[in-house]
Parts: sequence; C-alpha cells; structure tokens
Amino acid sequence: MFTTKITRLMLAAGFAMTALALPLAQAQTAKPAELKIGITTFTSGPASVFGVPAKQAAEIYLEDLNAAGGINGVKVVPTFVDEGVGGDKLLSEYRRVVQEQGVKVMLGSISSGSCNIVAPVAEDLKVLNILWDCGTEKVLEERRYRYVVRTQANATTEMVASVLYLLRQKPNFKTIAVVNQDYAWGRDSWELFSHTLKMLKPDVKVVAELFPKFGASDFSTEISRLQALRPDVILSTSWGGDLDTFVRQSAQRGLIKNSLFVLPLAESSLERLGTTLPDGVIVGARGDHYFLHPELKDDPKLKNFVQKFKAKTGAYPIYSVYHMIQALDGMVAGYDKAIKANKGQWPSTEQVADAMHGLNFRGLTREVKIRADGQGLEDQLLGTTRKTAAYPFPVLDKIEIYPAEMAIAPVGQKSVDWVKTIKPELLRDPRIKTFPPIAN
Amino acid sequence: MTKTTTSKMTSPKIKIAGVLLVLFALGLPMIWPWLKTPMVVATSFGIAALGVSILIRSGQLSFGHAMFSCAAGYAVAFTARAMPELDSAVLILLGTAFGAVMGMVIGLFVVRYRAIFFGMLNLALSMVLFSILGKFYSLTGGTDGIRLARPTFFGVRMERDGFETTLLVVAVVLAVALAWGVQRYMMSIAGQALTAVKTNETRLEYVGLSANRALWIGYVISAALCGLSGAMFALMQGLVTPEMGYWVRSGEIVFISILGGVGHPVGAFLGALVFEFVKLYSAALFTGAWQMVLGFVLIGLVFFVPTGLSGLLFRKEPK
Amino acid sequence: MNQELFLLAMLDGLSYAALLFLVALGMTLVFGVMRILNMAHGSMYAFGGYFAATLGMWAVAAKFSPAWSFVWLLVAALVVGAVMGAVMEIFLLRRIYHKEQILQLLVTFAAFMIFEDLQRLIWGSQPYFVSNIVNYLGVAEVLGITYTRYQLMVLPGVALVVFFGLRHFLKSSSTGRQIVAVAHNREVAMAMGIDARRICLLTFVVGSMLGALGGALASPTTSLVPGIGADMIVLSFAVVATAGLGQIEGTLITAILIGLTRSFAVYLQPESEVLVPYLIMVLVLLFRPQGLFSVAQARRV
Repeated sequence: MFTTKITRLMLAAGFAMTALALPLAQAQTAKPAELKIGITTFTSGPASVFGVPAKQAAEIYLEDLNAAGGINGVKVVPTFVDEGVGGDKLLSEYRRVVQEQGVKVMLGSISSGSCNIVAPVAEDLKVLNILWDCGTEKVLEERRYRYVVRTQANATTEMVASVLYLLRQKPNFKTIAVVNQDYAWGRDSWELFSHTLKMLKPDVKVVAELFPKFGASDFSTEISRLQALRPDVILSTSWGGDLDTFVRQSAQRGLIKNSLFVLPLAESSLERLGTTLPDGVIVGARGDHYFLHPELKDDPKLKNFVQKFKAKTGAYPIYSVYHMIQALDGMVAGYDKAIKANKGQWPSTEQVADAMHGLNFRGLTREVKIRADGQGLEDQLLGTTRKTAAYPFPVLDKIEIYPAEMAIAPVGQKSVDWVKTIKPELLRDPRIKTFPPIAN
Repeated sequence: MTKTTTSKMTSPKIKIAGVLLVLFALGLPMIWPWLKTPMVVATSFGIAALGVSILIRSGQLSFGHAMFSCAAGYAVAFTARAMPELDSAVLILLGTAFGAVMGMVIGLFVVRYRAIFFGMLNLALSMVLFSILGKFYSLTGGTDGIRLARPTFFGVRMERDGFETTLLVVAVVLAVALAWGVQRYMMSIAGQALTAVKTNETRLEYVGLSANRALWIGYVISAALCGLSGAMFALMQGLVTPEMGYWVRSGEIVFISILGGVGHPVGAFLGALVFEFVKLYSAALFTGAWQMVLGFVLIGLVFFVPTGLSGLLFRKEPK
Repeated sequence: MNQELFLLAMLDGLSYAALLFLVALGMTLVFGVMRILNMAHGSMYAFGGYFAATLGMWAVAAKFSPAWSFVWLLVAALVVGAVMGAVMEIFLLRRIYHKEQILQLLVTFAAFMIFEDLQRLIWGSQPYFVSNIVNYLGVAEVLGITYTRYQLMVLPGVALVVFFGLRHFLKSSSTGRQIVAVAHNREVAMAMGIDARRICLLTFVVGSMLGALGGALASPTTSLVPGIGADMIVLSFAVVATAGLGQIEGTLITAILIGLTRSFAVYLQPESEVLVPYLIMVLVLLFRPQGLFSVAQARRV
C-alpha cells in the first residue's frame, strides 16, 4: 500500500512536470535551417520600373546578411512574387507560397490595392506580413492586426507633409486639379490631400478630378483638358511607369511649364525622367529617402549602400529601394528583439509579430518607429527640382523634412476624421526642419 | 423519355475517368493541403466550362461568359457585406440564381443571333460589365475589387482549414451532380433541340420547335453554371475583382471546354484539371510561358483531336 | 460645354480615332475577304509597337537623325506585318479555311496566346517609351492649347492616306479588284481563274501590316507593356462590329464616332470614358446586328 501511494505520487509528479514542460517546449521553436521569406513586388508592367530596383535591393541586402551569418546564424532565402499579375492571381500565388513553400514572413506589397487584399489573408494564415511599400492608411485603421505591420509611413503623413510643403512654397494659389491613378492609393491619397488642403486653405477651388486607370499608357485627353482649365497647381500621386508617361506627355505639350506640378512620389522617377523634368517641380519621396539626404548623405551606411547599388544596377536608389531595405532591417530587428525576449531561442511567428509592434529601428535614413497598431512613423522629405551641373537629372533644392509625429492620426482614430482637425498653425510648426539652398 | 442507346451514358471508360477525377480532387489535397485552393478553383472553372460547352454543342461560341461568374461573384460579395450572417450555402445558391436571372434577361436578346454576332455581342456585354466594375470605384471598389469575410458554412463557423475542405467537398459533389444533370439535359428533348441548332436549324423550326427557345434554355443553364462557378470562386478567394469578367478569362473557359471536349460533361473537368496544372507549374516547367504552351496545345487539339480529351475516351475500337 | 472645349475634344478624338481606324481596318479587311475573325490581330498591333520602339532605339544608337524616325515606324510595321502575317497565314490559317467558324476562332485565339508569351519573351515585361519623333516634330498651338504636331497631323494624316490609298487600290488596280472578287464570292472567283490562295495570303499580310502600323504609330506616344494587344483587340472588335464586318468606309466613320465619343466623355463625364466604345457596340448590335453600314447579304442555301 505504501509503495502504490509513492508510485502514484511519483507518477503524479512526473505527469505534472511533463505538463509544465510541454508549453515551455512549444515556446522553444526549433531553429530552422533557413528562414524562408516571400517578397511581392512589381516585376512586370509599367510599375516594374519601380518594383525591379526594390528586388535588386533585396538581393543585395540578403547577400550581405547571409554572408555575415544571417539572423542568429539562420540564412534568409527569398521568393519573389510578381504583383503585376493582378490582385486575383497575386492572392493565389501568395497563398501557395505560404502554404506550399512554408514561407514564414511575407513582405507585401507595393500596391495599396494588393495590401488591402493580402492583409486579412496574412492574418488568417498566421504569417507575418510586413507592408513594405503601400501607403493606404485604411488597411491598418479599419482593423487591428497581430500579424500585419508597416515599416514605413502612410498616406496621411505623406499627404499632410505634401500639403504643408506646397503651401509653404506657394501660399497664394487659387485652383488645383488632380490626376491620380484609379485605385486605392490614388483615391485615398487624394481624399486626405484635399481634406487637409481644405482645412489649411479653404478658398482653394478644385477644377478637375481625373482618375485614369492604373497602368494607363496615354494621358493626352487628360492633358488637353487640363490645358483648357489652366489650374495653378496640378497634383499627381502617380508613380512608376504611369508617372513617367504622364510627365513625358505633359512636357511634350508644355503643360508642365504652365502649371505647378506637385508630385509626392516623383523621387522614384527623377533619374529616369532626367531633363524632362524642369526646375520648380515639387517632389516628394514617401519618407526621407534621397541619396543626397541633407543630414545623412555622408553617413557610412547610406553612402556605402548607394555606391554598391549604383555599381550593381547602374542607377541611383529610389525610394522603393529604401523602403525595401527598411522592411528587411525592420524584420531583422524584430527577430533580434524577439530572440532576446525568448532568451536566445528561435521565436515563433507570433513572438516576432508581437516584437515588431513597438519596434525602433533604422534603415538607410532616419530612424523608424512602429506603433502599437503596427503603423510605422517615418519622417517625410520634400524638395523642389533644380538642374545642376553635377548630375544628368535634377536634384532637390529647398528641402524640408517633416517629422512623422506632427502628421499622423493618433492610434485608434481614422485619418479621414483626424485631418479635419488640422489647424493652420501646423504650417509654422517648429518641428519642420529646413535646410539651406544647395550651392550651384 | 426513351432511353436512347448511347455508349456515352454507360461507357466504362467515362465512368473510370469520372471516378479518377473525383479521387484526384479529394485525395491529392489530403496529402498536400495547399492543393485545396487550386482544386476548388479548378472545379469552379470546370463548372463554368460545363456551361460554355452546352452552348458550344449548339454551335455558338461565347467569348463573354465570364461576365456571369463575375457578376455572380460581385453579387455574393455585396450581399455578404450587407448581411454577414448569411451562410455560404445560401450565398452559393444566390450566386447561381443571379447568374440564371442575368442569363434569362440577356438571353432574350442574345439568342436571336448566331455565330460571329452571337460571340461578339457576348464579348461586348462582358466588356461593358468589366468597364463598369473597374471604373466606379466608390460603388464597386474599382480594380481593387471587393473583399469577403469568411461566412459560416452549413451553419458552422469554421477556421480556414475546415472551410476550405468543406468548400472543396461541396464543389466536387456539385460537379458530379451537375455533370450527371447536364448529361440528362443533353439527352432530353430540350438538349437535343439545342444540338439541332447547330446541325440543322431550319429543320428544327419545321418540326415545330423554336430554335431560339431551345437556345435560350441552354443559355440560361450555362449562365447559371457560370454563376455558380463565380460564387464558389468568390468564397474561396475572399475577393472579387473585375478581372473575373475580362474577355481573356472567357477565352480561357472556352479553351477548357474544347481541351476537355464537349462530348461529355466529364470533359469540362478533365480540361480544367489539365489547365490548372499547367498554370500552376508553368514557372517550374515552362519558364512561365504557360500561355504559349496552352496555345500550341489548343492548335494541336483543333487539328488532331477536335473532340478533346474526353473524345479520346470515346474512340470506338476498330471492329 | 462651350465651343472652345468642343473643338478641343474633337481634335483629341480625331487623333485617337486615326489609330483605332488603322487597326480595325486590318481586321475588317481580313474578315471581308477571308471570313475569318482574327483574334490575334491585337498581337500584330503589339508587335508593331515593340518593334518600332526597338528600331527607334537602334536608330538613336546608330546616330541617325531624328528626321528618319517616321521611316523606322513604317519599316517596323511592314516587317512585322509581312513576317507574322505570312507565317500565320501559311502555317495556320490556310489549313482551317474549310473548318467551322468556331474552330477558326479558337485557332486564332490560340495564336493570340502564343504571341502574348512570345512578346514577353522577346521584349520582357518592363515598359518601353521611345518618343524621338514626337519631340522632333515639336508642338503646335490651337486655341491656346498646345498639341504635339505628331498627334495633330501625323496620325490623322496617315489614316487618311491609308484610307484613300486602299480604296483606290481596291477599285482601280487589278490585284485590288481580285481581292474584291474573292470577298464577294470565293468560289466564283476561283472559277474565274483568280488564285484565291495568293489573294488570301496577300490580304492577310496587308491586314497584319495595318494592325502593326497602328501599333508602330502608337508607340511614340504611349508606353508599351504586356497586355496592350489584348486591350486593343476588344477595342477593334467594337469598331469592326459596330461598323459592319468588311466595310471599309464604315470602319472609318465608326472609328471617328467612337474616338469622338470617348474624348467627349473625358471632358463631360470622365468616369464613363472606358465604357463608351462597348456601350456603343452593344446598342448598335442590339438594333442592327450586322453593323451600321453593312449591305444585306443574300443567304446562300
């Protein structure tokens, strides 16, 4: 009887210990041989001029990362998925890559339309998805995600900064027209821009709202219409091949000389357009991404990367490249943070996803912070084009940098509502950093 | 209805092919779970191809039938957004009904035309729908489309895995039932009248049957099948986009019908499976040039095997 | 809408119509003579454009003066039309004349699929934008609006030259009249000693050249990306079906109609711009299924 009692006690103890040990064992995911990640980018269609450099940047970055041992000794292996096939096919590929190939982290996407599509699917598939380039603010505002974070700013910050820069450069314009791509980004960015503008300058008149389709190859009718309307300012948040075509056709017809062009995403087209862009065009970089960054152009990390990128691809990096590096740096920082919290053990996807929230890290330019809702805080750089002898394409002059904190809706509030509370004092906010004009 | 002596109905080869397809569709995803999505997509394409093959039997080629699956998909998405508590089974029925009604209305106009004009009118209508869906961003989500949250299935709220499995089983069961149903239809008077529209329309009219009426019935059935296909596709993807109605998509459905052969419903599913397989592995096998491969296959079919893959199963043994 | 905007919309519409006309003309010519609706016609357009861009880039590298640019466009169209047209007719179309229309459509659709991937394999999927000729020709001002001379004069000019040239050719030259004969009744024409095979080959090559010419002329003003062939096919269908298959004059008028309506739409109701060509096609086909300008064809029993 005594022995059975002890046996039962020992069995119970053993059972209890195993029961306690199991969850601990689960927290210790075995360190994998390699970390598979998936990256969606445009490698076909007009947007590929924007997406392919980002792909090249990822390849350079991962080559260096793996040469240095990877993340905690684990090599990172990318799979690239083409966004140019359309939302429907992209979704199928996304699912296949996650389910068949066992990808653990997805970097998706460039197109705001694609982001809206993949975010809920990523949450469903329980895979960490880093929104590495898309700008629509709606994706993180309409729903709280655990597995979806953004390592860059959103349309709110970018559009508010663009309005501020425009008004600081040209406070007295009367009419404005918009030519944006007809999809989530084009529509959402205009919504935010126009609401902000209305709060800061209520007497401005919008003379035309044109939304040619994404990937449109001909803007002649839109340009004719704009020439007839003669607005003071023409805004376009287009990017990639669409922006290139629009600017080229506008230049051919003289439109770009008659109206002030505001192109918040044109940093990515500066080199390609070259001398087609005249002086005086307002250009943004969706972040403070510029190879001649006034604070950081001599910073070793940025400088080395620019040189390496130019050597490999023949062109200077554009902001899609910076965003890609930022996303990868963010991912690595997230893993490092999660590993540390997990006492050196390889973390589960949930642990990394949680670590990404509240993360501070740096890509190639200024530091980025990710808030509790997964949204990134990224400072914005805007400038005005100016030709110099040093480069075969215009450089940015009259640069101003806008810190993210002054231009983003607080956690939990929709941007569309928040911009309606913007006060004109924001135009003279001391946090705005200006820089001396460039020497010739 | 007299039981017509046709080897097609009881041909053992057809039965074997059908059974193999079902085993394939249900069995492979058990081994590789990620295949569930492509299988559902293939089955839904097969059902659409079944619809289009009905029309092909009447001699008419429609390069616009994707508009029915697209419209049904959007109908499902709009309804699911407005009434999220609706069950998936209800939504599938809704999509099918929507397709059928749309087919009834459009069919009234379209069945008056033949051959090229029939094809072109269908094409034009599908492009009208495509343009509307892509352009009116505030109503239709534009080119980004509309997303659907996952509804309950048969009253049960499931995780992704269970939902996909249920959808797959439902799809396969429906495919089998519809294949049998369409075969019965083709054997019936309405179905044979439909075939007569191709072979000798004047004589059909002489006999007292309305060719337009026969064609209309076939058109409605094909539209309903495409509607069903669109509804399943929408539920599987959780997303509807205007691309679902683009004319090239209609062309792919036609391609699948011809690839599989219009002689027997099993052909539509054979064709869909081969099509999905080629698309899926094109990157690995054909360096992404799957359209070129399929183009050559189609040409080869037209010249050498115009009855399609299922036609190969019918070949009578030489006596 | 005031008079000024009206005139501007007309100018925009006309240059767009010129391109539409050229491409649709090729398709309708082929159908009129050979009774085949070529679904790969849009691929001729795409290849014409890409090849013109390639030639343009080569010309710049070889330091040719931009004054030659127009010649390169023509050369590109002729080469693409001749090569692709001949290959397609000899190896494919010739063997399907006797087959039913459905199968003919399928074969041309298959050709379209092949060409789409071929185009991607040759030129890749990144956009091409080669606009030397536009920059060279400069701009002209109309009512205070700046247009490129290319858009105002070259495009409509070429369309008109082709139109009158083709009409004259079909009416006056011997080959032209043979083509018309084959279009009317192939069997009777053959019975009268006309080599229908040669005529069909010639027609198809000319039709393909026209499609390629449309693409070549479009290339300086648009960016070339995968998918432009597919988009152009449905647009040409819209024009051809609305006009009536095989009607040359009708195609010109319909192209102008659709071009103008579209550009007016951009001025008045921009959201409906993409819808307009297909809406017109549906409305016309519903009331006059044979097209606006077709002549009644006696039914051959």
